[in-house]
Amino acid sequence: MAAEYQTFEHDVLVIGAGGAGLRAAIEASTAGVSVGLVCKSLLGKAHTVMAEGGMAAAMANVDDRDNWKVHFSDTMRGGQYVNNWRMAELHAKEAPDRVRELEAWGAVFDRTKDGRILQRNFGGHKYPRLAHVGDRTGLEMIRTLQDHGIHQGIEVYMEVTVIALLKDGDRVVGAFAYEREHGRFRIFKAKAVILATGGIGRAYKITSNSWEGTGDGHSLAFDAGAELLDMEFIQFHPTGMVYPPSVRGILVTEGVRGEGGILKNSEGRRFMFDDIPANYKDQTSDTPEEGWRYVTGDKNARRPPELLTRDHVARCIVREVKAGRGTPNGGVYLDIAWIKEKISNAPEHIKKKLPSMYHQFKQLADLDITTEPMEVGPTTHYIMGGIRVDADTQASTVAGLFAAGECAAGINGANRLGGNSLSDLLVFGKRAGEYAAKFAQENDFGQINSEQIEQTVKWALEPFEKQTGENPFEIQHELQEMMQDLVGIVRTEDEMQRALIGVRELRKRSKNVKATGNIDFNPSWHTALDLHNLLNVSEAITLAAIERKESRGGQFRDDYPAKDAEFGKVNFTIKKDAGGEMKIERVTILEMPAELKQIIEEMG
Amino acid sequence: MAKATFKIWRGDSSGGEFKSYDTEISPGMVVLDAVLQIQGEQAGDLACRWNCKAGKCGSCSAEINGNPKLMCMTRMNTLPQDAPITVEPMKAFPLKKDLVTDVSWNYRVKEKIKKFKPRPPDATDGTWRMVQEDIDRVQEFRKCIECFLCQDVCHVLRDHHKHEEFIGPRFLVYAAALEMHPLDTEDRLRDLKDESNIGLCNITKCCTKVCPEGITITDNAIIPLKERVVGEFYDPITRFLKLFRKKR
Ligand SMILES: Cc1cc2nc3c(=O)[nH]c(=O)nc-3n(C[C@H](O)[C@H](O)[C@H](O)COP(=O)(O)OP(=O)(O)OC[C@H]3O[C@@H](n4cnc5c(N)ncnc54)[C@H](O)[C@@H]3O)c2cc1C
Ligand code: SF4
Ligand code: SF4
Ligand code: FES
Repeated sequence: MAAEYQTFEHDVLVIGAGGAGLRAAIEASTAGVSVGLVCKSLLGKAHTVMAEGGMAAAMANVDDRDNWKVHFSDTMRGGQYVNNWRMAELHAKEAPDRVRELEAWGAVFDRTKDGRILQRNFGGHKYPRLAHVGDRTGLEMIRTLQDHGIHQGIEVYMEVTVIALLKDGDRVVGAFAYEREHGRFRIFKAKAVILATGGIGRAYKITSNSWEGTGDGHSLAFDAGAELLDMEFIQFHPTGMVYPPSVRGILVTEGVRGEGGILKNSEGRRFMFDDIPANYKDQTSDTPEEGWRYVTGDKNARRPPELLTRDHVARCIVREVKAGRGTPNGGVYLDIAWIKEKISNAPEHIKKKLPSMYHQFKQLADLDITTEPMEVGPTTHYIMGGIRVDADTQASTVAGLFAAGECAAGINGANRLGGNSLSDLLVFGKRAGEYAAKFAQENDFGQINSEQIEQTVKWALEPFEKQTGENPFEIQHELQEMMQDLVGIVRTEDEMQRALIGVRELRKRSKNVKATGNIDFNPSWHTALDLHNLLNVSEAITLAAIERKESRGGQFRDDYPAKDAEFGKVNFTIKKDAGGEMKIERVTILEMPAELKQIIEEMG
Repeated sequence: MAKATFKIWRGDSSGGEFKSYDTEISPGMVVLDAVLQIQGEQAGDLACRWNCKAGKCGSCSAEINGNPKLMCMTRMNTLPQDAPITVEPMKAFPLKKDLVTDVSWNYRVKEKIKKFKPRPPDATDGTWRMVQEDIDRVQEFRKCIECFLCQDVCHVLRDHHKHEEFIGPRFLVYAAALEMHPLDTEDRLRDLKDESNIGLCNITKCCTKVCPEGITITDNAIIPLKERVVGEFYDPITRFLKLFRKKR
C-alpha cells in the first residue's frame, strides 16, 4: 500500500531545478507557502547551466531605441506569428525587471562603459539586447538563483526522478518518484505542482542537450491528461560542433556570430548573403562591410545575414552541405579569426568575449579559434512546443498543474530567438510560482490514489523482472537515429509515416527491456524508464509535424516547402483520448488585440 | 579502430574493486565517452554523473590515472594507451556507488555562508553602476562550476578529514566572490576566521593546479582573504582605525 513509501508534503512542488524551476520555487516560497524542489541531477547542474550567449531583455542599455514593443515584434516575427501573443507581450514587458532582479541577487553581468549591464547582438533581435557574462550566462543565472534560493527555506530533493503525476479525479495532487541512489520510491503530496523539466533533445542523435533532456515533463503532463501544443516546432541550432565525432552536436554559441563570426562554404563563399528571406530584407545588410559595422555597434548599419533566425541559417547550412560545398566532416566553416583584419588585438578580444568557446575547441578539437575557422553544422537544440499553458498564470489544462520554461509552449511560436529562453525562464518561472502558490492557498491537499501508485510501481520494476530482454540503451539509440533521419530538419510525409510506425514498434520493444544489476544508482534502469517519455514526445512531434502541411520556422517540409496562410492561423494540440491514444486537434489562434497588431505594423 | 583498456572502480560504501573493460576508441574521444560506451554496451549499472559533456556543469569529476579531472574534458590522446587507464571516484567524499560520491556536504557548507547583501541601488531606476575593471576579479571566481575537484585534492579535507572545521578552497572562492563583490555590504571576516577556519589552509596551491576553470584560487582568492582576516583581527593599527570607519 501507499503507506510503505516515504511521503513528503508541500504546498507547492516544483519538478525541475533549471532556471524556470528555481525561479518558480523562489517566488512560491516568497509568497509564504512551503515549497519542495525535485531534480534529476545535483542542484546547479541542470541544462540551464550550459546556456552561453545571454538573456534577452529590452533594457536599452546599449541602444536607446530599444523597448518592449520592439522586443515583442521581434519575437512574433521570429516565431512566424503562431506564438501566443499574450506570452510574447508579457515576456517583452517583464524581462528587464527580471534581469535587474538577478543583479540584486548577486549576478555579475558584463558592463557597459558607463557601468550598466552590457547587451550583445543576437540573431533576430533588432538591437543589442542580450545581457550576458562572456559566454557562460547560464552558469551565472543558475548559480545566482541557486545561491539566493538556498536561503529561502525551499526543501531540495536532488537526484530524484518523477515518474508519474498523482491525480485525484481531474486534479493533480502530487507526484510519484524514485531516488537514484537506492531506487526507493517517494510520494510527494502537493496542493499545486509546477513542471519545469526542460527539453527533449535526447530524442535525437545529434543534440546539444544532456541526458536529462528526455521530455519527462511533456510526457508526465500528457499522461496526466494535459494538452501539449506546437510539438512539431523543434529548433535545430545552426552551429553545433561536427568534428571530432565524439563532440558532434555540442553547441557553438550564436555569440560567435554576434561578435563578428562569419559562415563560409568550402569554396570560401559567404553563402548567407545568397538567400535572405523577404520579411527580413529591410533589416539585413547588403555587404560584408555593413555587417561588420553592425557588429561593432554602428547604429545605422543592418545586421549581417549570419544573424538571421536559426531555422533559416540551419537550412542554408544543410543546403550548402547537400550541394557538395560542405567541409570534409559535413559542416560549413564558422570563422571568427578573420576579425584580425579589422582589429589589432583580435586573439585577446576573442578570448575575452568567447572564453569557453576558445577552450572548448582548444581542448576538444585541438583547434585555435583565434587563428582557424571552426567546422559547424546543425544540432537539435530546443523545443518550442510543450505543455499548453495559460499565458498569465502558466496553468496547464489540468487543475493543479502548472508549467514553465522550455517544457511549456507558446511564447516562441514556430521558432525561438536566441536569448529568449533564459528570459522566458525568469518571467514565466516567476509567474508559475506566484499562481501555483495562490492555487495552493485556495485549495487543500487531495487524496492520493494508492491504486495508481501500485500500478506505477509494477510498471517501474518490470525491467528487473526479466530473465532475458533488450538493452534499454540500444532502443534509445535506435529511436535517436530514427528521429534524426526521419523527423529532422527536412521532413516529408512518407518519412514521417515511417517514423510513426517505427515509434510504435519501439514502444512494443521497450516493454521488453531489461535492467542489468540491482536497483542502486543504475543507469540501465533509469534509461529503461526514460524510454516511455522519449517515445511519447517522439510520437507527439511526428504526429504534429505530419499534420502541419506547410513550412514554417522549425518545421520544414520538403513536400510543402512554402508557408501557407491557413496554417498561420492555427496551432495543433495533442491530448490523450479515452482509449489512451494520442489525439491531435487544430485550434484557431485568438485574434490579437488592436494595440498589439498596431505595434507589429509599425515595426514593419 | 584502436582499443583501450580501462580499470574502473566498481563498488559502494561497503567496498569494491577495479574492474577491467576493453572498449573501442574513436578520434577525439574523451574519457567520459569511453565510460558511457562501456555503460551502454557492457556494464549497464555502472554509475557515473555527467550532464553537459563540455566542461560547463562540473558533474563528471573523477580521478583519472590518479589525477583529479573532469572526464568530459580529458582527451584519450592525452593519456598513455599502452597501460590500462584507471578511473576512480573522488577521495575526499564518501562513496555512493562506482564513480558517484556523496557531495552533499558541499551544499551544507554553502548554506552557512552569509548571503549576498547589496547596498541600496545607486540610480533612481533601482539599478547599480559598476565598472568592468571592478568586477573582473569577481567574475573570475564566479566561473566556478562546482566540480569540487579542488576540495578533492585539498589535504585538509582529503587527508585530515577536517570537513567539520574547514570549508575548503571552493567555498573560500565563494566567500571571496561575495567579499569582493562591489555591491556587497555583508561582513564575513569573523566567520572566515572562526567558522570556516581559513587559517587551516597552508597555501600548498594544490587546489589551483586542478581547477578546470583555471581560477587562481590560492593567489587571487585565499591569500587576499587571509590578508583581510589578518588586517581585521590581528593588525593593531587597523583594529584601532576600525573604530572610526564603517565598512563600505
Ligand atoms: C548549450 C546550450 C546553450 C544555450 N544557450 C542559451 C542562451 O544563450 N540563451 C538562451 O536564452 N537559451 C539558451 N539555451 C536554451 C536554454 O538554456 C534552455 O532552454 C533552458 O535552460 C531550459 O531551462 P529550464 O529551466 O526550462 O529547464 P532545464 O534547465 O533543462 O532544467 C530541467 C530540470 O528538470 C529536471 N527534471 C527533468 N525531468 C525530471 C523528472 N522526471 N523528475 C525530476 N526532475 C526532472 C532536471 O533535473 C533539471 O533540474 C541553451 C541551451 C543549450 C543546450
Ligand atoms: S592552498 Fe589551501 S585550500 Fe588549496 S589545497 Fe592547499 S591547503 Fe587546501
Ligand atoms: S574552484 Fe575550480 S576546482 Fe574548485 S569547484 Fe570551482 S571550478 Fe571546481
Ligand atoms: S559533464 Fe559537465 S563538466 Fe563534464
